[in-house]
Amino acid sequence: MMSLLDDFLVRATLAGLGVALAAAPLGCFIVWRRMAFFGDATAHAAILGVALALAFNLSIVTGTAVLALAMALAVTALSGRAQAVDTLLGVLSHSALAAGLVAVSLLQGVRVDLSAYLFGEILGVDRMDLAIIWCGAALVSILLWARWSALLTATVSPDLAYAAGLDPRREQLILTVALAITVAVAIQVVGALLIGALLIIPAAAARAFSRTPEGMAAWAALIGATSALAGMAFAYRLDTPAGPTIVCVAAGIFAVASMVRLARDAA
Amino acid sequence: MRLATLDNVDMRFGGQAVLHDVDFHIDKGEIVTIVGPNGSGKSTLLRVLLGAQTPTSGTVTRLPGLRIGYIPQKLHIDPTLPLTVRRFLDLPRRVPEDEAARALDHAGCTALARRQMADLSGGQFQRVMLARALLSNPDLLILDEATQGLDQPGSAAFYRQIEQVRADLGCGVLMVSHELHVVMAASDRVVCLNGHVCCAGHPEQVASAPEYRALFGTGTHGALALYRHEHAHSHDHDHDHSHPHEAAQ
Repeated sequence: MMSLLDDFLVRATLAGLGVALAAAPLGCFIVWRRMAFFGDATAHAAILGVALALAFNLSIVTGTAVLALAMALAVTALSGRAQAVDTLLGVLSHSALAAGLVAVSLLQGVRVDLSAYLFGEILGVDRMDLAIIWCGAALVSILLWARWSALLTATVSPDLAYAAGLDPRREQLILTVALAITVAVAIQVVGALLIGALLIIPAAAARAFSRTPEGMAAWAALIGATSALAGMAFAYRLDTPAGPTIVCVAAGIFAVASMVRLARDAA
Repeated sequence: MRLATLDNVDMRFGGQAVLHDVDFHIDKGEIVTIVGPNGSGKSTLLRVLLGAQTPTSGTVTRLPGLRIGYIPQKLHIDPTLPLTVRRFLDLPRRVPEDEAARALDHAGCTALARRQMADLSGGQFQRVMLARALLSNPDLLILDEATQGLDQPGSAAFYRQIEQVRADLGCGVLMVSHELHVVMAASDRVVCLNGHVCCAGHPEQVASAPEYRALFGTGTHGALALYRHEHAHSHDHDHDHSHPHEAAQ
């Protein structure tokens, strides 16, 4: 009995760790590029992806990845038109979330615990899920690592990227794909509503300790991993939901980091 | 050697023509300045030349393998992005320490290497941008309002640095500027742009061209009066007046 308990807790902890490590460097780009709301919108679309997956008997990962990618591409294609980007994101983000909730309720003969997809169900992670999460996390890390310099140049200035013979639109697409993969693997861990938090908060907290982009990514990974481990421990002790607890720990670290930064800037 | 050419370039944004039938070229070793009022399409022309913007019609020809050093008009580095000057020089390709040191020295900003980009003053920032542009050993240096926000001595010093760089590297230099008198004194050729090319040629010819006067008046900043005075006897150089339509052939 004890070893069984250990086992699912270990799986859950490893799942949280994998997602946190992949989300951290990606989250840095989302912070630098001011795409926080973009990340949220992409994550919300995942609920529609869940409905799609259930309706067509696909795996949840496939459904959410496809919908998240479609959402991200739609936003990219539509931005810069008639609406301001934040308005557009607001419309698409909430519409996708609402449509997803409606679609899930319309599904015949499927009883779905929606809260598992909204807030995550990390304790339900089985061996297969864990493998998928770590594969996704590895894929995101490889994508970002391989294109790091180009991504960074395009983030600093699209025009500088053009002048260096790079195509910033391609770099944007790479980030979009990485975001969709992250959303797909993170939905089980923290749920669609809190994926944005796992992307943004560790990166934002890491800013206080960093002098270079690489340093910030490393700090973000460290803070994300710490949040995942401490969050799981708290959730187990206090019997609270794991995903939100992980995010609360990250928020606590952010608060401390902000105070450190304020104190240092004042000195 | 011709570095880049625009032929009959039209650029429209949402039905609005920003560039109309523009012919332009730049050669190795020359300093060309584009002048024109706000909204005359100067920055758009640079971006078309860079490849950042595809023209609605017309052709852009760049020398194969052309290395461009670009200094944009305004580069906002988000304060959430921690970036030292030295790390900035490593974008997009890592450069060896000695090369980076030489570029910083060339641009006159050796002392800034360990500073954060977001903390630099306007003049310091532009010098770092110049250092970075020099790292690629450019054939063509493109500066878009590079001295905006610098005071008069600051921008004069910056342009002297540019001339020095041209002398050292032998690259072509293309600038856009509002500071007509400073820039025109430093240029081999001036192109006056207002959606189309109004006039082009030697700085003194352009300064005295009726199209140019119609755009800028005769007494702008007092500087042009000074300019006309200096070059009052050079109006008979009609033979080397190169109209861009002919020059682009």
